[in-house]
Amino acid sequence: MTEHHKDYLGDKFGMWLFLFTEILLFGGLFLLYSVYLHRYPAEFHQAGLELSRVFGTANTIVLITSSFTVAMAISALQQGRRVLCQGLLASTIVLAGVFMVNKYFEWSAKIGHGIYPGSPELVDGPGGTNIFFGLYYVMTGAHGLHVVIGAALLGFCMLRIGQGRVTADDFGLLENGGLYWHLVDLVWIFLFPLFYLIS
Amino acid sequence: MPSPGETVPFLDPYPGRSGILSWIFSTDHKRIGMLYLWSILTMFAVGVVIGVLMRLELIAPGRTIMGAQTYNAMFTLHGVVMIFLFVIPGIPAAFGNILLPLQIGAEDVSFPRLNIFSWWLYLTGAALAVTSLFTGGGPPDTGWTFYVPFSERTTTNVSLAVVAVFILGFSSILTGLNFITTIHRLRAPKMSWGKLPLFVWSLYATAWIQLLATPVLGITVALVFIERLLGIGLFDPARGGDPLLYQHLFWIYSHPAVYIMIVPAMGVVSDIIPAFARKSIFGYKAIAVSSLAIAFAGSLVWAHHMFTSGMSDTAVMVFSFLTFVVAIPSAIKVFNWVATLYKGSIYLEPPLLFSLGFIFLFSAGGLTGLVLGSAGTDIHVHDTYFVVAHFHYVIFGGTGFGLFAAMHFWFPKIFGRMYDRKLANASWYLLIGGFNMLYFPMFIIGLMGMPRRYYDYLPMYQTGHMVSTVGSWVLVAGLVTMFWGLSKCFHGPRTVGRNPWGAATLEWTLPSPPPHLTFLDPPDEVPSPYSYEGVKRDD
Ligand code: HEM
Ligand SMILES: [Cu+2]
Repeated sequence: MTEHHKDYLGDKFGMWLFLFTEILLFGGLFLLYSVYLHRYPAEFHQAGLELSRVFGTANTIVLITSSFTVAMAISALQQGRRVLCQGLLASTIVLAGVFMVNKYFEWSAKIGHGIYPGSPELVDGPGGTNIFFGLYYVMTGAHGLHVVIGAALLGFCMLRIGQGRVTADDFGLLENGGLYWHLVDLVWIFLFPLFYLIS
Repeated sequence: MPSPGETVPFLDPYPGRSGILSWIFSTDHKRIGMLYLWSILTMFAVGVVIGVLMRLELIAPGRTIMGAQTYNAMFTLHGVVMIFLFVIPGIPAAFGNILLPLQIGAEDVSFPRLNIFSWWLYLTGAALAVTSLFTGGGPPDTGWTFYVPFSERTTTNVSLAVVAVFILGFSSILTGLNFITTIHRLRAPKMSWGKLPLFVWSLYATAWIQLLATPVLGITVALVFIERLLGIGLFDPARGGDPLLYQHLFWIYSHPAVYIMIVPAMGVVSDIIPAFARKSIFGYKAIAVSSLAIAFAGSLVWAHHMFTSGMSDTAVMVFSFLTFVVAIPSAIKVFNWVATLYKGSIYLEPPLLFSLGFIFLFSAGGLTGLVLGSAGTDIHVHDTYFVVAHFHYVIFGGTGFGLFAAMHFWFPKIFGRMYDRKLANASWYLLIGGFNMLYFPMFIIGLMGMPRRYYDYLPMYQTGHMVSTVGSWVLVAGLVTMFWGLSKCFHGPRTVGRNPWGAATLEWTLPSPPPHLTFLDPPDEVPSPYSYEGVKRDD
């Protein structure tokens, strides 16, 4: 069939709607969090102390930096500086990798201490603590999954730029990829205080 | 000289492209709509067969054709198939896909590839749902609501079923996203919001609900999956969790979802009634706005499913009140339809008959909904057959009949052939008769206390159950007659003209069936959708 007309605004509009659905998806989890925080304030504060603020802060900085590099990548492409754009995207993906590696060590340490879903320590301990760590794993896990998807999306953008299909005149895909990445960042900005700074 | 794409009917092969691949990978909204249509009708047939088997089991007390466990699997499967695979995609994904671009004078939807992708997701979800029956610990037995703690503990294959639901939800979200963007961006320049056909308005409201509510279902069923896998205990009181929160999350989606099911059918009826009353729709604005009002207010009433779950009394009162409020926009629509018919020059063709069936059955379902919505009476009838009767009146009598009306209204447009009107009329009597015989007794035995989701019952309920089961046979006879009549659309010469009913929306200005490519250039003139002055019938 014939090529469909490009509708730049329409594409962006669609992306914003999609981001909305992502926020609502996490919204369900935030809802659970707030109800349980209300029910177990003491346990939540206590359990929050066990999370490493160093890891958390490091990862926050990593993600914020990566949002910055994505934003610069888009500007670079708009100015027609293709190689720079690809370099910036590559660094974003590397930062995503750093985030995940950090997460890996953080989770391993917790698991090493016997804190993981269904572990005897949590199951036999106070309910509020179990819920706190349960939510911690579910929410940061869901977020981590989004980091991976976002990085893959940016990788795809790099590929398209390399093929010359995403260009200075037609950068909708990259812009939408960037929007998605900002969402990933935004969700983390909420997760960080809720888990690491709660006490 | 128009290109072949502008003359060849979309049902026929596009020159140089034919075969199954030109269907299952098509990005043409009309073909995707057809894929959905056949898919949902297949799932409907599956659901009906299961329903009838359940009714057969219930014809007499005690074990008749199946035991308790099989029955549990049956109602779960029946519910999952009917809800997630039939009514939720139902009218929007099938008729909405075909008609939305045509009605707004657009070439296609905004994201054609996403559109076919969402059908593939639907197919994947359906395949997984079927697979869950034969793998793991046997068919799921939780009911379509997957309530914890049972859904976390049962050894049946709930995990796969909830994955299927997750994927189906994703598919539904993408359809909604596509429709909203299309309606905002691709209306023909002269198609102002005030000229949108009411079917489009209803799709618009539905799409917003799909978009805003479905993610919550996604995360909810994902949590069931995670709990089964890891046993965190987020809903387990022994581990600090609260099962009530599951119910909240589930109904935050699933109450709005009932409007995903019913609002498109309301749109269908709003398009049909004026065409057959030869009179402009009464209260265009009120109907359009009430769709949005339903979408909004409908998101605030979810906890009326939980009056007996142990919420605070205040919560019960608030949700009970809000439930009454949400009935208002639906009532507004019903009054407007009736007012449209008033003093119209009605000609009674099958689409109108089915629309009238819709109004009647939906009203019965809606009014009994108020009995359930007021907490006092709900305590008595909660989880009884009263509820089963109520929701079948609303979703089957409402959405089901809305779909039947849509088929009788638009099939001539889609296939270019007329169905057998005598059979259509005859099937209507069978369907209405069978339907009421099947479900009305359920109101009575429900009030008497017959609980739902049981394969067995006390002898006192036998008469009601027996009448109901016989009714299911009449209903099936009606369905067979109806599809037999409709099957005349599938073969023979294409004789239907552009506008067999003399309707005024844009799709009727196109040939029947429409060609592959439509509205490459937006139409110059956009008629008012319900003004029949000067509209000629062309059959
Ligand atoms: C011939 C048509 C149908 C028959 C004979 C039928 C019969 C039944 C029966 C016997 C039950 C189980 C009642 C119980 O034990 O609690 C049931 C439940 C249900 N039906 Fe139908 N039904 C039909 C059509 C439909 C349609 C068209 C829909 C929706 C579009 C639908 C949606 C449901 C749902 C959601 C449930 C609840 C399942 C659960 O409890 O988890 N049914 N139906
Ligand atoms: Cu409800």
